[in-house]
Amino acid sequence: MENIVLEARNITKRFPGVLALSNVNFRLVKGKVHALMGENGAGKSTLMKIIAGIYQADEGNVFLHGEKVVFHTPKQALTNGISMIHQELSPILDMTIAENLFLGKEFCKGKFIDYRRMNSEATALMERVGVDLPPTMLMKELSVSQMQMIEIAKALAYNAEIIIMDEPSATITEREIANLFEIIQGLKEDGRCIVYITHKMDEVFRIADEITVFRDGQYIGTYDADDIDENQLVVKMVNRELTEIYPKKNNKAADEILRVENLCQKGVFEDISFTLRKGEILGFSGLMGSGRTEVMNALFGITHPTSGTIYINGEKVDKPNPRKIISKGIGYVTEDRKGNGLVLEMSVYDNTILPSLSKLSNRMGVVNRRKALEVAEEYKEKLKIKTPGLQQTVKQLSGGNQQKIVLAKWLIQNPDIIIFDEPTRGIDVGAKTEIYKLVANLAEEGKAIIFISSEMPEILGMSDRVIVFYEGKKTGELSIEEATQERIMMYASDVEKGGA
Amino acid sequence: MGEKTRGFDKKWIQTYMLIFIVIGLGVILSFISSNFLTVTNLLNVVRQIAVNGILAIGMTIVCLTGGIDLSVGSIVAFSGIIAAGMLRDTGYPIIIIVLAAIVVGAVCGLYNGYFVAYWNAAPFVVTLSMMTIARGMTYVYSDGRPISNLRTEFLTIGKGSIAGIPIPTLILVVVFILGSIMLTKLKFGRYVYAVGGNENAAMVSGINVKRIKMMVYVLSGIACGIAAIILTARVSAGLPQAGESYELDAIAATVIGGTSLSGGRGRLWGTIVGAVLLGIVNNGLDLLNVSSFYQQIVKGLIILGAILIDSKRNS
Ligand SMILES: Nc1ncnc2c1ncn2[C@@H]1O[C@H](COP(=O)(O)OP(=O)(O)OP(=O)(O)O)[C@@H](O)[C@H]1O
Ligand SMILES: [Mg+2]
Repeated sequence: MENIVLEARNITKRFPGVLALSNVNFRLVKGKVHALMGENGAGKSTLMKIIAGIYQADEGNVFLHGEKVVFHTPKQALTNGISMIHQELSPILDMTIAENLFLGKEFCKGKFIDYRRMNSEATALMERVGVDLPPTMLMKELSVSQMQMIEIAKALAYNAEIIIMDEPSATITEREIANLFEIIQGLKEDGRCIVYITHKMDEVFRIADEITVFRDGQYIGTYDADDIDENQLVVKMVNRELTEIYPKKNNKAADEILRVENLCQKGVFEDISFTLRKGEILGFSGLMGSGRTEVMNALFGITHPTSGTIYINGEKVDKPNPRKIISKGIGYVTEDRKGNGLVLEMSVYDNTILPSLSKLSNRMGVVNRRKALEVAEEYKEKLKIKTPGLQQTVKQLSGGNQQKIVLAKWLIQNPDIIIFDEPTRGIDVGAKTEIYKLVANLAEEGKAIIFISSEMPEILGMSDRVIVFYEGKKTGELSIEEATQERIMMYASDVEKGGA
Repeated sequence: MGEKTRGFDKKWIQTYMLIFIVIGLGVILSFISSNFLTVTNLLNVVRQIAVNGILAIGMTIVCLTGGIDLSVGSIVAFSGIIAAGMLRDTGYPIIIIVLAAIVVGAVCGLYNGYFVAYWNAAPFVVTLSMMTIARGMTYVYSDGRPISNLRTEFLTIGKGSIAGIPIPTLILVVVFILGSIMLTKLKFGRYVYAVGGNENAAMVSGINVKRIKMMVYVLSGIACGIAAIILTARVSAGLPQAGESYELDAIAATVIGGTSLSGGRGRLWGTIVGAVLLGIVNNGLDLLNVSSFYQQIVKGLIILGAILIDSKRNS
């Protein structure tokens, strides 16, 4: 007989205007990795938060080892052996790594915190997840992927029986993902239960023993990973066949619109040159942290390069700043949606039209509300943003839908050059194909596109030309005909370094 | 490597910039006023900053959680008038009276903390309400008149010295040490920073966020009680209008000391240096016979300067 550790029965959860979960079931078996799949807004995170004591179910029960439990606080869940890595990063930036790792369970000598012990335990814990950083480093000095690894380590520190991982791999590098999978394997052998949420299909089949699918807050089913293939799984998730993931391209690259020459930022990237033509999708490949985002930040005028020149439409841009760059027709869909993509406390409507307000208002600065609503509604439909209404606070949308709003924001602006930095991170398969189609259409309309992605298939499927980065340097440029997974990987890692 | 050392030096200088400014100011003042660098005057300065220093310590702890306490001045008046009233009407030993003032402060703080933490009310508004309530109760209790003729043993707390050091200063030092230990060595302190740095993260890590939020206002209230005793003893009377606008000086010292009003970042020693800076400036301008009207303007500019240094440090 299977050893069921946790079971959630007939769970229903409502939020104002949203039925997030409707009568769903879920169970965890000892020593197994259970993948939870579903489109954006399917209710995956919501169920996990109920299990971890952050939300309470409106109906239905959770049983732990056969006994009914109700957790009112995360603390209760933690003491009952349930820890969770949250989808939205939540580090405390002004505290050290060690303090973050052991927040809420500090080591003490009597009444006093034992920093020596905490730091040495932190080092040990980081070693376990393959991170080599001093434990006294401030959290804000870390990169996004390092922060994520710390979050993962933090969840392990509880030594919990059930570990919930809500999209842990969205922001980490290939190598770190391999590390994570090794850790998961170890936990499994140790008899722990793992819930793994992801939108990356390949990961599911690499790691999961069982798969549960939700769609629109409904329970669709639980399957043995060996009995189902990728296509069947996708059909269960989106309720239709996805024939073509990447759209056919018939882009005709025309005149040059952007030229970057010898762009340098000391200690960040050096000597970056490239050109971009109208109607072309230029892929930026490389590992996370290879400097792609930094180059784009400099191009957009967010940071200041130490040397180099930028020409837009053949015109040299002096001292770029975001306002100037936007007015020259560049749009930038940033990678960090919480940091600089969205105003989380504002509504879907407000966020969508925020950068276009001056276009939507008259000379007196009065916003044409009817028109603005129309535009917001149009893009909500276009991108299939799932929200109970335009007035919903963005904070309350699921992660993937937040990402779509960032896209909508920029598309309304109708720029000539659009930079997409990891535009499909955290987005479900169905929506991904929508976004691919959208990007391809934009290129066909004659827009110039820079497409940054750490996912190889995406780069190969979308780009007309690929530039590869490694440690802040441009290590290769390939036309799509020349580009293969192997060649890109070679340029993107240090393999080539000795020879080049 | 060279770059790293330079970076460290720069950071170090920025961190301790405030101390250099205080020392520099002291040097300048000692040149332009012969009265500044005298033992009597310096002891006077450290005696005078005790009240603001103690209030600013409480304020800093509140600000670290992202809150603010506008009621400290009024709570000082209320605790002080109760203490003075008890001295007049009862024969209780001094220690009981001191404890009573502290309890009064703590209860007022509990009001603030309860509504901020458990009703999710804005700290600005809740403490504004306490500010007028406490002031009102002070007037009701005292009928709007000062309560004077207090016992001389009590007055020693404000006017006396031990080994040449003013008692208020010694109390400030003790409060500072206790506060520092609490913030840096105890779990409670870590939680204060965590709540201010990222409330959600703190909650998810199993911290009782509401309790922490409530406790910081209680601590601020306790600081008010202690400050009230010192103030009442120093001016030899319970005055209904005591402590007026003290909250502003406490916030000023906190901000000058580098504590972020949005929470999560700041240090207690910075606050103390901020209080010392304000004290020296006041004293210096007094010695130079600058009118108190101008002193206000100077204080405002110092606060601005401190903020500018701080934003530079964090950019
Ligand atoms: N606090 C909240 N208030 C209101 N609505 C919410 C709240 N949290 C989630 N929702 C809604 O509940 C639904 C389910 O969201 P949930 O975050 O569980 O989706 P998800 O499956 O995790 O999606 P994703 O893959 O995008 O992370 C969504 O429609 C979302 O907008
Ligand atoms: Mg989610």
